[in-house]
Amino acid sequence: MFSNFDFDVIRRALPYLFYEGMTFTLTLTALAALGGLAFGTMLALMRLSGLRLLGRIAGLYVDLMRSLPLVLVIFWFYFLVPYIGQWFTGASRPIHVGAFASSLITFIMFEAAYFSEIMRAGIQSISRGQPAAAQALGLTYSQTMRYVVLPQAFRNMLPVLLTQTIVLFQDTSLVYVLSIPDFLGAASKVAQRDGRLVEMYLFAALVYFTISCVASFGVRRLQARIAIVR
Amino acid sequence: MNYHWNWHIFFEPDPTGATTYLDLLLQGLLLTIETALFAWVIALVFGSIVGVLRTLPSKTASWIGFFYVEFFRNMPLLVQLFLWFFVLPELLPRAAGLWLKQLPHASFYTAAIGVGLFMSARVAEQVRAGIGSLPRGQGQAATALGLNTAQTYAYVLLPMAFRIILPPLTSEFLSTIKNTSVAITIGLLELTGQARSMQEFSFQVFEAFTAATLLYLLLNLVVVAGMRFLERAVAIPGYISGK
Repeated sequence: MFSNFDFDVIRRALPYLFYEGMTFTLTLTALAALGGLAFGTMLALMRLSGLRLLGRIAGLYVDLMRSLPLVLVIFWFYFLVPYIGQWFTGASRPIHVGAFASSLITFIMFEAAYFSEIMRAGIQSISRGQPAAAQALGLTYSQTMRYVVLPQAFRNMLPVLLTQTIVLFQDTSLVYVLSIPDFLGAASKVAQRDGRLVEMYLFAALVYFTISCVASFGVRRLQARIAIVR
Repeated sequence: MNYHWNWHIFFEPDPTGATTYLDLLLQGLLLTIETALFAWVIALVFGSIVGVLRTLPSKTASWIGFFYVEFFRNMPLLVQLFLWFFVLPELLPRAAGLWLKQLPHASFYTAAIGVGLFMSARVAEQVRAGIGSLPRGQGQAATALGLNTAQTYAYVLLPMAFRIILPPLTSEFLSTIKNTSVAITIGLLELTGQARSMQEFSFQVFEAFTAATLLYLLLNLVVVAGMRFLERAVAIPGYISGK
């Protein structure tokens, strides 16, 4: 079964796989998680703001994103972003957007919908007395959010946010549909060039598996450590 | 914007001239539904078995369940599809591998089985949570009545657990539908795939993706409405969801 398994193909491809592919994947994951969290928190605040129109807009956005497959969203933004860029900059033709920028925008916009639901749950899990006390102290709405509500919501939801980031890490492999060399894309390129699909895909699976396993184990440890004793 | 909108494109013939673009998209929708249903059956069957394994008193059974869930949860779906599609036929004995490669509709079966197994790990976690949420007395009462373990699960625990986890199962089913779009990478022309090929042939990017988006939203609405109906039909009296 593994008699003609060629480990050397993997060894020779290692620098390319990790320096190019994995760097792309991890940078994309980290930046998309941060951007998605920021935009997602904003969406959550819009939904909880009590302003009907703002809440409605944010709700529609979140529902729309969550009912579409990521692959379709990737295609949407890949074609849409150049036109949006053109509209922003007032250029005469759709601007050129690189592979990385395009996928980063896609994942921020897509993941924000999921992060916003997590942050909404986090904000709602905080007792009413906290913002009331903050107001009694004379803090403004934005101060209440920044110094009282959001830090606690963030802390309570940290394990869930990190788990969602692991999902995001796995989902970034879908930029494959745009032939972008992320980790899987790089593995697939080598696989096709050398005709070594079995080795490369098994190796890619092993790497994703190991990283996700270690990360989710870490999240579980963290969860046990930071859980607030009530 | 200098994009040329052309909403009539849907009624124009596709490159083969045999049918219209609208027909192609609807064929894609049908294939998405077929793949998702096939995958969902697999996800439910395997998910229930593994979910039950994880709640059994036997250490071995719960370890098997644990490894199953971790195995399918920690790899991207795309990688799993590639393993089933490209790697499995090479690892099998020559004759079996050849048979698998020549199978008609290989990408359909690969997608259905691959997405099904991927989702089964998630369903298993829901089933486990559902069984775990039942009061301990239920299982004990069943034992006191003289039911054996299999009967306890079949007649007491599972009927309750499934009703409790219906809402999360609805979202898992919606994920199954969405995840079938990943099969575009192994050449399955489901809804996203058809929209993508319509875009490549006609250059009407935004019309194609708008249509696909609307069809996905419609599919979502139908599923959510159907599940709400099911939830009401099987609600347990005495629970908050019941009458």
